[in-house]
Amino acid sequence: MLSFKGLVTSELLSSVLQIMESKMEHIEESPKIRKKVYNVLVECLQNLYHHIDPDNPKSGDFLESESALFMISRNVDSYEIKTGNYIPAEQVSSLREKLELINSMTKEELKEYYKLVLSGGELSEKGTAGLGMIDIARKSGNKLEYEFLPINTVGLIR
Amino acid sequence: MENLVIEGTAKTPTVNFDKDSGVLVLRGRSIPENSIDFFKPLNDWVEGYSSSPKPATTVDIRLEYFNTSSSKCILDFFKKLEAVNGKGTEVQVNWFFEEDDEDMEEAGEDYQAIISLPFKMIEVEEI
Repeated sequence: MLSFKGLVTSELLSSVLQIMESKMEHIEESPKIRKKVYNVLVECLQNLYHHIDPDNPKSGDFLESESALFMISRNVDSYEIKTGNYIPAEQVSSLREKLELINSMTKEELKEYYKLVLSGGELSEKGTAGLGMIDIARKSGNKLEYEFLPINTVGLIR
Repeated sequence: MENLVIEGTAKTPTVNFDKDSGVLVLRGRSIPENSIDFFKPLNDWVEGYSSSPKPATTVDIRLEYFNTSSSKCILDFFKKLEAVNGKGTEVQVNWFFEEDDEDMEEAGEDYQAIISLPFKMIEVEEI
């Protein structure tokens, strides 16, 4: 198991990905699973990286608002990746809707939805495509588990 | 114009775009946090190339994997090639994926469905 809490930088992500890649070469025999886990991990961690906005005054209410947490663990027959970051309370309902929509979809529907967002959208300035959660659901083949915990006016998503 | 050669890194692919052979190769992985900066020179190069292309243009995509930020840029790259196709050059995309790598195979099929360029899916032992 590997866990972290603190500021997520590009350098930190590079190190974590490198550690996980070499670690998985030892513990995971199937190159297919290795790739899948790595791929999902990249999306999860880059999602954290992109959604911590130090310039956002709304998240400045908290000393810790720029920090995030993640945990990567291997169970008997699965890998588990958990991440958590602060988001403004007013973004909770739209994010919840998006996650519910993704979780309601079949494999085929996810594929179509991915193509729709891919061909329709523009990249944000940060280079995000709005595809991360869809991709994680597609590649993992699992439903996304999530939780919003209220912290005064700011919510925590996990 | 010059050939475009970029060495791969842990987060970006190796690029080898050869104006003399008309062969454009992307190889490795593409997982930069923000892929816009990385892909801009690639799209600019295609634009320059389109003024005097080879009769046949071959695009070899040999990616191990890419993140969703890159996926959008790869689509834009294909759109640039789509605009060039039939205008003095015939563009062929070869999408390579490793045996059993359904995710990369599906990713190729996704682009194939969106982009009107001839796609050849090629399964290889190692990318």
